[in-house]
Order: sequence, then C-alpha cells, then structure tokens
Amino acid sequence: MSAILFELTMSVGLFLISLFLVLRLRKIQLTLHGPSKWTQSLSWVSYAVIGLMLVELLVEQGRAIPWLWYGFLLLLLGLVYGRQEFAPARPAIWAVLPLVLVSLLGDFLALLQPDLYVAWKMNLEMAQGFAVVWLIGMAVLLNRQHKALEKERVARRQEEEQQRALTQRKAELEEEVAERTRQLTRQKEELQQALAELKATQTQLVQLEKLASLGELTAGIAHEIQNPLNFVNNFSEVSGELLVELQEEMQNGQPLPVLVSDLLTDLAQNLQKIQQHGRRADGIVKNMLQHSRSNAGEKQPTDLNALADEYLHLAYHGLRARDNSFNSTLTTHLDPSLPKVAVIPQDLGRVLLNLFNNAFYATREKQKTAGPDFRPEVKVSTCHKNGMVEVRVRDNGNGIPQPVREKMFQPFYTTKPAGQGTGLGLSLTYDIITKGHSGEVEVDTREGEYAEFLVRLPVYE
Amino acid sequence: MEKMQVLVVDDEEDVRPLFEQRFRREIRAGELQFTFALSGEEALDYLHQHPQEVVLILSDINMPGMSGLELLRRIRQEYASVPPAIMMITAYSDEENYQQAMQYGANDFLTKPVDFGYLKQKLKEIRV
Repeated sequence: MSAILFELTMSVGLFLISLFLVLRLRKIQLTLHGPSKWTQSLSWVSYAVIGLMLVELLVEQGRAIPWLWYGFLLLLLGLVYGRQEFAPARPAIWAVLPLVLVSLLGDFLALLQPDLYVAWKMNLEMAQGFAVVWLIGMAVLLNRQHKALEKERVARRQEEEQQRALTQRKAELEEEVAERTRQLTRQKEELQQALAELKATQTQLVQLEKLASLGELTAGIAHEIQNPLNFVNNFSEVSGELLVELQEEMQNGQPLPVLVSDLLTDLAQNLQKIQQHGRRADGIVKNMLQHSRSNAGEKQPTDLNALADEYLHLAYHGLRARDNSFNSTLTTHLDPSLPKVAVIPQDLGRVLLNLFNNAFYATREKQKTAGPDFRPEVKVSTCHKNGMVEVRVRDNGNGIPQPVREKMFQPFYTTKPAGQGTGLGLSLTYDIITKGHSGEVEVDTREGEYAEFLVRLPVYE
Repeated sequence: MEKMQVLVVDDEEDVRPLFEQRFRREIRAGELQFTFALSGEEALDYLHQHPQEVVLILSDINMPGMSGLELLRRIRQEYASVPPAIMMITAYSDEENYQQAMQYGANDFLTKPVDFGYLKQKLKEIRV
C-alpha cells in the first residue's frame, strides 16, 4: 500500500512540477510577447497535463505514466535550454532537477534492478527528502530573488519616473530661461536703440544750434553787406555824373582848370571808395562762408581784435534786425599790440557771437524793467597778460544768479523761455575754448549790475 | 533865396562825400548847406549849438548808441512841428520801423539805397 501511495505521490509531484513548469513558460511568453500562438499552445498543454493526471488518478496501475512525465519534462528541459526566450525558466529547472533525477533514478532501478532498488531504497528516500528540501529551498530563494528583482524593477521604474520628471522640469526651466533671455535681449536692444536715437537727436540739436547762430548771422550779414554795396552803387553812379560834367566842361571853349581838377580829384577818390567798400563786402562774404563750412577747421594765426570787432557788429545788427527797438552802446577797448592767437576762426567767431548775443540779451532783459535812465552797454576789451591773450565781454544787464552760474555751462541749460534758446551756446563755447584751444573761460558777475565773461587763449608762437 | 541848412546823421563816414558830390550843383549854387553828424548825440549837440538854423534833418535809423528813432523822438519833444522836417533813411524797410517813425513824428521815410532824384524833389517841396 505504501508503495502505491509513494508512487502516487511521485506522480502527483511530477505532475505538479510539469504543470508548474508549463505555466511558468506560458507566463514568460505572456510577459515577453503578449498573447501569441505560443501562449495558446502552452495553455492547451497545461490542460493536457491536468487531463493526464486525472487519467492517472482514475487508472491506478499506470506504471508507464511516470515515464510520460519524464519524457515530458525532458521536452520541457529541451525547450528551456533550446530557446533563448525561455531562459528565465532555467532557475526553476535547477530547483526541480534533483527531485526529478532522484525519482528518475529510483524508477530506473525499480524497473531494471529491483534488488538494488530495494537495497538503496532508504538512500533513495533520503535523497528524495534532500531533493525536496532543495526544491523548497530553491523555491524560497527564487521567490526571494524574484521579489528582490521586482523591488529593484519597481525602484528602477520609480527612478526612471523621477528622472523623467527632472528632465522635464529641466526642459521647462530652460525654456523659461530662454524666454527670459529673449525678453532681456529685446529690452537691451530697445534701450540701445533709444540711446542711439538720443545721440542722433543730440547731434541734430548741436547742428541746429550752429545753424541758428548762422541764421542770426545772416540778418546781420545782410545788413553789413547792404551798406558797402550801396556805396559801391552810389559812388559809381555819382562818378558817372561827374564824368558827364567833366565832359561838358572839356567840350566848352574854356574849361576851368580848378573845376576840372576838382572833378578829377573827386573821381579818383570815388574809385578808391568803390574799391574799399567792394573789398569790405567781399570780406564779409568770405567770413560768412568760413562760418558755414564744416567744423574740421585748422588753427590759423588770427587777429582777435578784428574778429571781435566784426562779430560784435554782426551780433548787434543781427539782433536789431529782429528787434528794432533794441539798441545798446558798443564800447571796445582793443589792445592794438595784441599778439595773434592760433585759433580756428569760425569756432572762435561762434564763441564771440555767443558771448555777445548773451550780453545783448542780458541788457535787453534789463531794459524791459529798468526804466528810461538805463543805458545798455556792452563792452569788449582785449589785452595781453601772462603769455595769454584775454578777451573780456562785459554787459551791464541783470547779472547771473548763483544757481544759474553753476549750471550755465551744461548742455541744454538755458534761462530763455521755451523755444528761444537751445541751451547749447555756452556749452559749445566752453568746449571750443577749453578742449579745442587749451584756453580758459571765467565768469565774473554781480546780480542786478553786470556780468563779465573772460576768455583766455595761448599766444601764437 | 536862403541857403537851406540840412543836417545828415549817419554813422558811415562816406555818406559825406557822397552827398557832397550828389548835391554839388546845389551846394555850388548856394541853395543847400550840409552838416554831417556821425551819431545821434553829435546831432543833438549841433542842434543845440545852432538853434533854429537847421531846416531838414536826414537821419539813418540803425546806429550804435542812440538810434535814429530815438533821435527823432527827442527832437520832436523839443520841436513838435516843422522846422525842422525830419526824414528817416534806413536799410530796414519793415512795417514796424515805418509805423514807429510816423508815430514819433517823422515827415518821411526813405529806404536805402537812397533815390536822390526823389530826395531832390522833396527838398524842393520843403523849400517852397
């Protein structure tokens, strides 16, 4: 009885092993490739295995059945080692192999050498016991391994997830940074453009200031030229009359020598005056051309007295042309022995013009409120002192208050009402004298009484 | 016929030879006598030194120091009516100057370059 039980146990064991292995193979297939014809076939095989077991239970004496199992197991072994995809099942094979081998050995002996079988039965059973222990041990080990693998896999997946999240976050941040950078770059470009526009505007304003001063000159110049031209015309005309008279006198019988001599003298004088006034007009035109030419001028030895005198009258007539109720006494104390200075004439002319215009403006402003006894006066003086040539422009206007004094050389600073001054005159003056000509500019003033601008320039050696 | 005393006020010196030549016949004939002043102040001094002599004053407007209009005003303060007749001669022919001159009591307003024919005509009229 125990033999049959024992054999039954063996069969059941083999059945279980087979079933287990088949199901394992199926699972592997499933995870690897999803449902396929393999999984289907393996399902059928598992049913067959169950079927076979049932048959064996019903039919008691099936001694051949264990051999079926062995054969089947051999097939499975072949499958597992033959196909790479079933490789994960190999540890399972190792787990069951000792038990299968022991029972196989037992069955072999039982079949071929029964005596030996009986003699070794105890050993075989012990071996079987060990094999079972091995099986259980392996099962536990494999399970643990599997669990560990699973845990590892889970951990790895989590890590992958984290990594992905990080990468995504990094990409988002980079996008934000890029966006920010774009914004900043755009702002930078806008600012640069604004700066460029401001610089262009500043250049324009400086140019306008120059043009404005040229415009002021034009009225003065027109008047200045008109005078000599009138004389040229008039003296030419009157010379014509004198010639007619002379001719008449010569044609009558007895020309009076005194009269003839007078006429000739006058004619000679007239021609001289025509020449003189012609040259005067010519000089004015030349000056005007010089002033309008571009700034890159060369320094030339210049007589400051002549320059100051000329521009004083130009400024005066220019202002009178615009405001004919304006007048002022012009006083000049020009040192006749003044040495020449190396200057760019049109630049210095601009400086003098600016100083004179400011002086006239100051006296004009005072005139508006000062009453009829106020005599506006602008005085220009030159002298040679300490190796420098000094030009002083003094007006008896309202003087310069302290806060204005501090700012008046700054560009765009003006005390004139809006639209009347660019605020660049003194700034340009300061630049021309100090930076362009290594000179100095000083101011002396008393509020309500006077203002005096002093320009010092090195003597031309 | 009495000599007509004319005072010419202009800061340009060459005005003198010009007038003297332009009016040489009249001067030779004893019809006109010209005096020349180079500034408004000089003109006023002369007028004060020779009261009642000058019959006509020809004055430029744009002069340094006292302007011609200022001179006109002052003379008209002392002599409200002709004599002396006062004519302004100026390069600036704008309306404002003209209005002011008339307001201050000028008798005429001539623009440079002077039309001497017209001037001679005017002188004849004054004489009469």
